[in-house]
Amino acid sequence: MSTIVRDYTIPANDFTIAGEASSSVRKILSQLGVSPDVVKRTSIAMYEAEINAVIHGNGGMAHVEIDKNKIYIRISDEGPGIADLNLAMQEGYSTAPDSIREMGFGAGMGLSNIKKNADVLDIETEINKGTIVNITVFFKRE
Amino acid sequence: MKIPEIAQLIKAEICTKKHNPETDILSACSADLMSDVMAFSKSNALLLTGLVNPQVIRTAEMMDIKAVVFVRGKKPLESMINMAEEKGIALLATDYPLFVASGKLYKNGICGRGE
Repeated sequence: MSTIVRDYTIPANDFTIAGEASSSVRKILSQLGVSPDVVKRTSIAMYEAEINAVIHGNGGMAHVEIDKNKIYIRISDEGPGIADLNLAMQEGYSTAPDSIREMGFGAGMGLSNIKKNADVLDIETEINKGTIVNITVFFKRE
Repeated sequence: MKIPEIAQLIKAEICTKKHNPETDILSACSADLMSDVMAFSKSNALLLTGLVNPQVIRTAEMMDIKAVVFVRGKKPLESMINMAEEKGIALLATDYPLFVASGKLYKNGICGRGE
């Protein structure tokens, strides 16, 4: 199979359509016959990263590459960056304002949920420049 | 447990017209924070929540959650019903608070099997 490439724009602060990129990728994976466990892990990881870009990054871009063995997802934003990545990775730690919590997010579980579901997670972040979250999920675990 | 039986137990209105009648709920998760829901990984699950916004339906979709119960008299918006029907997710609404609705379902057999 040739590599499937998709690019999505993640709009800033728009909770009505946040998650559409993840929903679209989920559909592609299901249509390709990828196992439900992998579809679910990919969906959770991508959706959390997409929501993070909406909440913290003023929106951003999602770039997705699917080949026969894996899916690679890059969620990039030009937001404020993450000051302390180790702290941000801890369950329950959040810098999201109350307005975000009222929307059902900002529990401080996003990055740890991504880590738990991705096979490879690499985060590049720079203060005042932005954050790039690279997620890879393999279709078959080694 | 099938959707109509759940509706009867917690005196809930079924808001979606289209859902799979064979859906058999084995486990449930009660939460208002969607990231907490996403840390939960059981299958054939039901979500009980007091949060009403489109991200509830999105979260259910990502988590393969088959049905959502809105508690404390909250009703899903028309746009949420349409989105749920498109994804085959059943939406229910009950006047019971989260604790009572969860307790009634737990007592009647939805107690976390389905891992």
